[in-house]
Amino acid sequence: MIPSLQDLFNILPPVIIGAGILIALTLEMFVKPAKKIIPHFAFLVFLFTAYYSLMTMDKETYSLNTLMSGGGLTNILYFIFTFGSAIVVLISYDFIRKKDIVSSEYYILLMSAVLGMMIMASAKDFLMVFLGLEQMSVCFYILAGINRRNLLSNEASLKYFLLGAFATGFIVYGIAFIYGASGSLSYLVITNAIVTGQNITFLTIGLLLFIIGFSFKIAAFPFHMWVPDVYQGAPTTVSAFMSTTGKTAAFAVLIALLLPLFTVGNYQIFGPVLSLLAALSMIYGSIVAIAQKDIKRMLAYSSIAHAGYMLIGIAAGIPAGSAGVIYYLLAYTFMNIGAFGIVAYLEGVEETNLHIEDYAGLANQKPVLAALLSLFMFALAGIPPLAGFFGKYYVFVAAIKAGLVWLALVGIVSSAISVYFYLRLVVYMYFRENSKTITVFDSSYSMLGIIIAALLVIIVGVFPNTVVELITHFIS
Amino acid sequence: MENNIITSVLLFVPLVGAMLVLLFPQKNAPLIRFWGLFVSLVTFVVSMVIYTGFDPSVSGFQFVHKIAWIPSLNITYYLGIDGLSILLILLTTFITPLSLISSWKSTGHKVKEFTFFMLLLEVGMLGVFLSLDIFLFYIFWEAMLIPMYFIIGIWGGKRRIYASVKFFIFTMAGSLVMLVAMIWLAVYASEQLGSFTTNLLDLYKVGPNVPHNIQSWMFLAFTLSFAIKVPLFPLHTWLPDAHVEAPTAGSVILAGVLLKMGTYGLIRFCLPLFPQSSIQFAPYISVLAIIGIIYGALVAMVQSDMKKLVAYSSVAHLGFVVLGIFAFTEEAMQGAIIQMVNHGLSTGALFLLVGVIYERTHTREIADYGGIAKIVPVYATALMFTSLSSIGLPGLNGFIGEFLILLGTFKSSVLGNWWFAVFATSGVIFAAVYLLWMYQRVCFGKVTHDKLNKLEDLNTRELVTLLPIFVFIVWIGIYPSTFLRLSEVFSNSLINYIMKI
Repeated sequence: MIPSLQDLFNILPPVIIGAGILIALTLEMFVKPAKKIIPHFAFLVFLFTAYYSLMTMDKETYSLNTLMSGGGLTNILYFIFTFGSAIVVLISYDFIRKKDIVSSEYYILLMSAVLGMMIMASAKDFLMVFLGLEQMSVCFYILAGINRRNLLSNEASLKYFLLGAFATGFIVYGIAFIYGASGSLSYLVITNAIVTGQNITFLTIGLLLFIIGFSFKIAAFPFHMWVPDVYQGAPTTVSAFMSTTGKTAAFAVLIALLLPLFTVGNYQIFGPVLSLLAALSMIYGSIVAIAQKDIKRMLAYSSIAHAGYMLIGIAAGIPAGSAGVIYYLLAYTFMNIGAFGIVAYLEGVEETNLHIEDYAGLANQKPVLAALLSLFMFALAGIPPLAGFFGKYYVFVAAIKAGLVWLALVGIVSSAISVYFYLRLVVYMYFRENSKTITVFDSSYSMLGIIIAALLVIIVGVFPNTVVELITHFIS
Repeated sequence: MENNIITSVLLFVPLVGAMLVLLFPQKNAPLIRFWGLFVSLVTFVVSMVIYTGFDPSVSGFQFVHKIAWIPSLNITYYLGIDGLSILLILLTTFITPLSLISSWKSTGHKVKEFTFFMLLLEVGMLGVFLSLDIFLFYIFWEAMLIPMYFIIGIWGGKRRIYASVKFFIFTMAGSLVMLVAMIWLAVYASEQLGSFTTNLLDLYKVGPNVPHNIQSWMFLAFTLSFAIKVPLFPLHTWLPDAHVEAPTAGSVILAGVLLKMGTYGLIRFCLPLFPQSSIQFAPYISVLAIIGIIYGALVAMVQSDMKKLVAYSSVAHLGFVVLGIFAFTEEAMQGAIIQMVNHGLSTGALFLLVGVIYERTHTREIADYGGIAKIVPVYATALMFTSLSSIGLPGLNGFIGEFLILLGTFKSSVLGNWWFAVFATSGVIFAAVYLLWMYQRVCFGKVTHDKLNKLEDLNTRELVTLLPIFVFIVWIGIYPSTFLRLSEVFSNSLINYIMKI
């Protein structure tokens, strides 16, 4: 099948990113000051794609027969990827120079990873999902280890690669089962197969393996082992990138696959499985985060807990649940990039200033950063009126609508626990005196990125209506 | 219904004021202090405008302001005032400027942040009393934790970190349970009314229809959250810590207004939303309230720290309020509402007075004082006056509230047993014991420590904070109908409504 121009036009956002990658690679080869140009170029490409995705949202189409979809929900996800990445570029700019990391490759890898995410988000076919996933994951493996001279970074990369490959194994094995049972890789055909009930056992096994594989990618318990080490070892901005946009991409696949199964196929068998994963992730993430002294590790465990909250929305198995997850992903992307952005801002040239005690008395030394970090912590803890609260509210509403009151109760128990460790950072910054003054390299680019994230956390939290209306409009 | 913007003005004056504080130069502390005071006074003036326009003979909400906020989930920005909230709103706008004046000297550092958080706290408290949409209510209810948390944590005493975190987690844990109950109720409303709604007035129609056993759970979930805030025995343990560690202004706001949010919530939400369960659980809650009254008083008696003593006395006083709420008679309800105001005034003043002397001597141990009545007569008189008001001496405010509550409890058909009133009365006696005993040890006898001789009496600023409170203490004591008439129609219709069901 040869793609027509119309096909490409229907999925223009990934095409733009793809073209951006090619241009950046060419620039890298032929232009001298590429190091300076490429970050700005990547930023503009991301920003333009985000804008374009928003503008072309109401045109829902398919491309390459039904391999990929464009417009609608897909574009909302595109927006999360690209706008999130634009902020990541801002917080990375000075961080990369501070750490002396090869600069051009870093930004090109960011763009390549985003291309993979976009393919995942628009895929309506297991083959496309797999292509997108590998594109994204390989970039992640390299990005995690891009700080070559750092041992932890290397370890993170290797560990992520081994476990990631393992997860991919699950996914491919699952896809094989699904193909064997239904003779197709298209979501549509498989949903129909579920409805007619042919080869249901093998389909279920295949889907279960597929879900397990993706549980690795979204960092859900008990498939989370790589998360703390990788988020700690990878350069901080890379952790910000992986934990937000990467999670969004993996969740996008789960939503696109599972929501039709739940609603059209009336196939509820994965409901209890996902509920269990959600409950365990929330509780495990929140409890273990309490014991963490390293801020990046703490944020890693918090990321596991947040995967749990999002899984509630999927386990609910109703459109409102999936809408909640997408809102949550949007909110989480800004909260978490903001939080990691500040950690990256404060981090020293070597891996210093990452211990929670280094933040003691920060409110005296860096009042603005301390206030912003507190804002992100309150948002992550789900204190109203910030975006994190409405995300939780939304998925809890879905859970209760679907009759999963117990899951909502587990959710609040874990929220109450998580307040403790989010607040602890605030305690250190505001209520303790500095034992030492930390050296901080000021960066106006980072500051800009962090402030944009903070504003979005407030605006999306106080006025969630526009976002919610868009999502619910396209999901039903 | 006509939208009345003045309720929103009341809410946004301190909010905008707080945002503007951030633009002030950090170094100019007096300017920031005056600005904070100015904003809180403007808020007070706005609340007085509302008061003069308030019609106490109308049952239902006045000054309603309603606009669609999150239409996709049918959430509205919905404010309104009735006979219950008007008194508490006035109390809030009255206490806030006073506590700002009281902290004029004592918050030496970070004045800008302090003023910012105090004004934000006022927004949160007013929002809680104004909201008629449970989602909006929850936002204010939770958001208000943040400023209080910082006020205790930054300007508090030695164990401030422990106290502030405990305060935060206790309240948050309770309110999260309430959140699930709120969502459940809204989802249930979508089955009954056809649309998901968080509008309180719509939920009033839905709540009583909730099947009995689920209603019990709903009631308990809401009550848990409010009981922590009140605090009802045995959920009170955060209170002494928070009160003792908070700076004076924080304690005054905590005692004066924050605790009332719990009892307000019980009246506004638990009773009308779940009337059957409220009646079913009334005896149990009343027992806890009475245990609180006696326990609070006994523990207060043995405290060596003046602030802790006042803190435990709050547990006892709020026990009275809860008892009044769950007696389900009009007198007791009226008494409970006026007693909320009384406690705000008396205990607020007690904390101010403890703060005054602590600023001078930096100790709150009763044993470090003795015979100061001779050295600081004005202070001693003020302390006597406030103590008597707190004890419930006839002629002062405390008497009115306690009398009405006890009267209503005696007559209560729901509790159906006059032993409740008998035990509660013993609390009044205990209150006299612990407060007068403390007074005796602090003010009478020989001057026990030499440095006490250099103690200065109340200065003008301190008198300015105390005198307005004293005026109201006497006013309520002598002519309570000014205040009782505001909540009369409300209490009447609420009790009738519940007893009918």
